[in-house]
Amino acid sequence: MSTNAGGCGADPAFDLDRPWCVDERVAVRPEPFGALLYHFGTRRLSFLKNTTVLEVVRSLAEHRTARSACLAAGVGAAALPAYERALATLAASQMIRQRAGSESAGP
Amino acid sequence: MRLVEQFELGLAAPICLTWELTYACNLACVHCLSSSGRRDPRELTTAECREVIDTLERMQVFYVNIGGGEPTVRPDFWELVDYATGHHVGVKFSTNGIRIDPGVARRLAASDYVDVQISLDGATAEVNDAVRGAGSYATATAAMRNLAAAGFRGFKLSVVVTRHNVGQLDELKALADAYRAQLRLTRLRPSGRGADTWPELHPTAAQQRQLYDWLSARGEQVLTGDSFFHLAPFGEPLPGLNLCGAGRVVCLIDPVGDVYACPFAIHENFLAGSVRQPGGFQAVWRDSALFAELRRPQSGGACGSCQFFDSCRGGCMAAKFFTGLPLDGPDPECAAGHGAAALQAADPAAAPRPAPDHSHRGPVRGQAGPVPVTILSRPPARACDESPLAGFAGRGEPAAALRSG
Repeated sequence: MSTNAGGCGADPAFDLDRPWCVDERVAVRPEPFGALLYHFGTRRLSFLKNTTVLEVVRSLAEHRTARSACLAAGVGAAALPAYERALATLAASQMIRQRAGSESAGP
Repeated sequence: MRLVEQFELGLAAPICLTWELTYACNLACVHCLSSSGRRDPRELTTAECREVIDTLERMQVFYVNIGGGEPTVRPDFWELVDYATGHHVGVKFSTNGIRIDPGVARRLAASDYVDVQISLDGATAEVNDAVRGAGSYATATAAMRNLAAAGFRGFKLSVVVTRHNVGQLDELKALADAYRAQLRLTRLRPSGRGADTWPELHPTAAQQRQLYDWLSARGEQVLTGDSFFHLAPFGEPLPGLNLCGAGRVVCLIDPVGDVYACPFAIHENFLAGSVRQPGGFQAVWRDSALFAELRRPQSGGACGSCQFFDSCRGGCMAAKFFTGLPLDGPDPECAAGHGAAALQAADPAAAPRPAPDHSHRGPVRGQAGPVPVTILSRPPARACDESPLAGFAGRGEPAAALRSG
């Protein structure tokens, strides 16, 4: 499945104000440029192109919303739309998934 | 910096690691990239293979592309597959189908962590068997039938494109569809026994164009292992990273544990080290002087002034090397036409010879001899299986998706 990270609107299935986490079948490998993600179920790779988005992705499960994970990682208002699109891309390729309400949001 | 440029500087671990488990093979394909046939007595033991897998798990190598030789003839093959998947290292293995009976097919269909790639180099027995040996078409199609019957969806039908099967692309796609498999086309390289058969087997210039148009029209429906990036000057780049990954995102572990920059470069000039040396594979990947050199920014040499250099990056290192061309010049199949002239100027006798050679010494499955230079060809069995980089989509965004394959 191809994802389009260049569009202006986020995937309608992605909601910045919902709780998200990395899918259990995904491995995250830090790299000098950011990170590589691999989904064992879909056998697809994704790239995180900087360390901030890596921090956002890694901390998703500890926040009540993806927006809060972005803010905690220091993503400012101007940059937020790009991060929203990146997360939508990851959601569309099943790298991240919505967390059920019963799944803990950490501290 | 663009992601491609980041990749050229190398990664903490390979994305696309090919591991040939044995030089033993029941076939004697005329284009075998590793000159396989006979087992090497120094091949890694089961215990050594497990240590390699432990290292790959530590390095977070997501999956390995296992090949050979015919990997399934190793008595410990299934044990090693289980060990790898049990240690978070996914497996995609290439096979001619010899061991894929209904029982094995059912077992494979049940695992998320194992992918299968059936090698076939023609849509008809006539075209395929001329390259891969008598009966090999029947073996491969029986394996595909078994996988389909077991419910394995999306296994790969892997084809090396040659002068003789390039006219069968539609039929090959239909064949893959019929078995609910995904077609994967890869480039024939002059590696291994392919060095001898490449001149007669590689697609003509007109066929390269035809291939490019066919692939362009199909986008991500057809996998290519990123192996046709040298065709990018024909138009828009094909899906993929479009760079030579040797030593940067790709490498090969051969059956005796030697680590080469790329599966198509089995030659001492591209030998980076051995998994048997202190520090194992991780030390080779991290510290090898050869890999450091490959990861240094490349000038582009004679190609540097070409308007297409940004799209083809000078093409395939192995293809240049084994045809006797300079590594910083054009690819022998350069889409801009610079390869033909370069080949004419090169002395074929001076081209480096692939080594080592584990070819059978006698007749195999109806073929005349170890290197039957018959009518057809020889494309490298599973091309840059390596490059799981097809499907590259994003530009300038914090994340981008790729599909392995």
